[in-house]
Amino acid sequence: MLDSKIPGGPLADKWTQYKNNIRLVNPANKRLIDVIVVGTGLAGSSAAASLAEMGYNVKAFCFQDSPRRAHSIAAQGGINAAKNYQNDGDSVHRLFYDTIKGGDYRSREANVHRLAEVSTSIIDQCVAQGVPFAREYGGLLDNRSFGGVQVSRTFYAKGQTGQQLLLGAYSALSRQISKGKVKMYNRHEMMDVVLVNGKARGIIARNLVTGEIQRHSAHAVVLATGGYGNVFFLSTNAMGSNVSAAWKAHRKGAFMANPCFTQIHPTCIPVSGHYQSKLTLMSESLRNDGRIWVPKKKEDAEAVRKGALKPTQIAEEDRDYYLERRYPAFGNLVPRDVASRAAKERCDAGFGVNETGEAVYLDYASAIERYGKTEANVRGLENPNAEEIRRLGKEVVKAKYGNLFDMYRQITDDNPYETPMKIYPAVHYTMGGLWVDYNLMTTVPGLYAAGEANFSDHGANRLGASALMQGLADGYFVLPYTIGDYLAEDIRTGAIANDSAEFMEAEQAVREQLNRFVSNNGTVPVDDFHRRLGRIMWDNCGMARNKEGLTQAIADIASLREEFYAKVRVPGTTTGFNPELDKAGRVADFLELGELMCKDALEREESCGGHFREEYQTEEGEALRRDDEFTFVSAWEHQGNPSQAKLHQEELVYDNIELKQRSYK
Amino acid sequence: MNLTLKVWRQNGPQDKGKLETHQLTGVTGDMSFLEMMDVLNDQIIRDGGDPIAFDHDCREGICGMCSMFINGEAHGPGRGVTTCQLHMRSFKDGDTITIEPWRASAFPVVKDLAVDRGAFDRIIQAGGYVSVNTSGETLDANAIPIPKADADEAFNAATCIGCGACVATCKNASAMLFVSAKVSQFALLPQGQPERKRRVLRMVEQMDKEGFGNCTNTGACAVECPKGIDLTNIARMNRDFLNASLTGE
Repeated sequence: MLDSKIPGGPLADKWTQYKNNIRLVNPANKRLIDVIVVGTGLAGSSAAASLAEMGYNVKAFCFQDSPRRAHSIAAQGGINAAKNYQNDGDSVHRLFYDTIKGGDYRSREANVHRLAEVSTSIIDQCVAQGVPFAREYGGLLDNRSFGGVQVSRTFYAKGQTGQQLLLGAYSALSRQISKGKVKMYNRHEMMDVVLVNGKARGIIARNLVTGEIQRHSAHAVVLATGGYGNVFFLSTNAMGSNVSAAWKAHRKGAFMANPCFTQIHPTCIPVSGHYQSKLTLMSESLRNDGRIWVPKKKEDAEAVRKGALKPTQIAEEDRDYYLERRYPAFGNLVPRDVASRAAKERCDAGFGVNETGEAVYLDYASAIERYGKTEANVRGLENPNAEEIRRLGKEVVKAKYGNLFDMYRQITDDNPYETPMKIYPAVHYTMGGLWVDYNLMTTVPGLYAAGEANFSDHGANRLGASALMQGLADGYFVLPYTIGDYLAEDIRTGAIANDSAEFMEAEQAVREQLNRFVSNNGTVPVDDFHRRLGRIMWDNCGMARNKEGLTQAIADIASLREEFYAKVRVPGTTTGFNPELDKAGRVADFLELGELMCKDALEREESCGGHFREEYQTEEGEALRRDDEFTFVSAWEHQGNPSQAKLHQEELVYDNIELKQRSYK
Repeated sequence: MNLTLKVWRQNGPQDKGKLETHQLTGVTGDMSFLEMMDVLNDQIIRDGGDPIAFDHDCREGICGMCSMFINGEAHGPGRGVTTCQLHMRSFKDGDTITIEPWRASAFPVVKDLAVDRGAFDRIIQAGGYVSVNTSGETLDANAIPIPKADADEAFNAATCIGCGACVATCKNASAMLFVSAKVSQFALLPQGQPERKRRVLRMVEQMDKEGFGNCTNTGACAVECPKGIDLTNIARMNRDFLNASLTGE
């Protein structure tokens, strides 16, 4: 039976009361306790810095050449917080409510409420660190609105919010490194977690430069290793983002929760060719001002695809602004899952606008005109002509979204100020992850998961600008408290030996796998298998899923996995810098995870959030939840093979929110 | 298009290294430079060779990991882009492209095109932060209004991605643009004032210790910077450094 350890009392008081009653570790004892943090994105950096400030001895690990490069850096749009600076009716409760609703009622009330509560402290903390958020002329912080909500609660730093927040956390981490409270291991990969007497007591790490295998012991291990979107090969994740740390933990007994909950982001640059290595996101903030459309007439769409017709030549009445048509209340700002499915629906119906038929327009023409008019008024220009208005409008758009427009132009060679952008959904974020209780502890005692690596806050769909919020909430304000309650037991334990049988066995297993790869004598590069896995996942476990496809995918992945071990070629040796070897280990884990994701999707016989089962939809084609049977978290226990994983259910109880069919109409 | 690629191969920091020539066919303009490298590596692996090592991660121009010196320019011929955002349409059929790592004694080669930029981390550790602990009890974020112009300028400085193109470009391998960007970010904000003098002294000291060269104001760094970090940051750092040196911490 899964115990989520949600404290008692009224929802709004749980976190405060909990903090008042947990066990603390006194400062002298903290110096006797070691904590390992794997990953240095927002959750990992903030956790490592905060734990070190508190006095624990921290070892932090990242596979990149510097902690500053973790993929949180690429988050563009912003970070939510219930500050209500705009006086538009926002509150902790409303942020809580929006997040639960946006997640299609598949997240845990108590965790989400806590997230909303600490959101305001995050902004205060970041500003104190010197994070340069966007400001208004009065010198106060600016906000923008984001998909799925009707208030402006998103704080931002142009299109580089993730970068600025991560550099803030990185600077806090750097301060602790300089004090010697954090020992930083760059270019190191976690290869396995080590359990001693059932508790997580360390990791096996590999120095990616020298190939050296190391045993690191600690009293607790925190995995802040991000999401697993790269199981699809093509995603908006960084090339190195991987599931391996989480998957190794899963194999050692940590349950994997809701693995099929994947977020497909509606606004990405479409695929251009078979060599494509990743997809680039265009921030959701673009939907604030951009209008999404496809041609109303099929013949126009065909002409556009052949290059015979330009989008700017299509008359206003011949355009189908399908989000505004289908969802008048939220329009272009519907949540991501809804926007993505709507794009797929139009493209599947034959209205796509690029060569592959898998693209829709994101148009800034009307925003440019609207802003131009306002700007002309501000400047007191009388009767400005259309060209003057467009020029002024472009300046405003450039100030707001300039870097995104530049990026689009760089990649596609199209000028988005003059012609609509082409976009299509792409894999972006994984709501599923390691199952954690209220303390962020996995089912393995002493093993914690923070940020995207855990499953707890976003249900079946994450709202925009909530990933940064959750990563920093976990690292700055949740984990530093909750981990103390566990470590209070360890004040007399003393240092953990790193040469026990458990460590030696784990090290040996790691060496064996590495040796197996380099001595395989295969012929096919790692990426080849990764691409094929991605194709299977995208076709069968992507924006729409059905029983037949998922069943086939499970069989296909199992046979691909066999082929991988038989035919993969990993050049080089286990010593020295060998990125192909690093990739092989990660793809091996993706090949297992993919199968579990399909199994999870197959067994969840309902549609909710990003999980859309074609068999379960309303007459209007919207997701049909089956609350009577599926209001639970699926937590999978590893049993030797992904398809044999055992399901545990954590029932989701909604005491404070009424479950409703989500409507953005 | 068909290309001739001359790629730097170096097996670790002690190896002497050399340029190795490869022919690549079927390259298209929509490929990014790194995707072209992927195709080349795929070819090398299938031929039983040792693929070319290079650093890369986000492939959207923000992580700062990619770092190639292409035809004598950091991040290649484009302006305002990292290597990962450079597309092959910038080249033409029959071109010969020379690809080298960042060259600076403070950035030792790890392998081939990958270098060790740990020196940048150590400079930040020397003082590139505001000393504030996590507490949740700091001032309300709106308690200190900051003029928009200052906030914007601090932001512009803070957009540095730490890729090291400035160092690779500079004939003296100076890190002044990188260091001054961080110094400026905090110098422009009220939060950065209490440690302003100490910060610039420590960071410059660490920069010198790492073996970066001096700045001779050629401005090449700012031209090649993929994020457009401005030279005025260096001027600001010089002023702050002089002031702190004369008046003490």
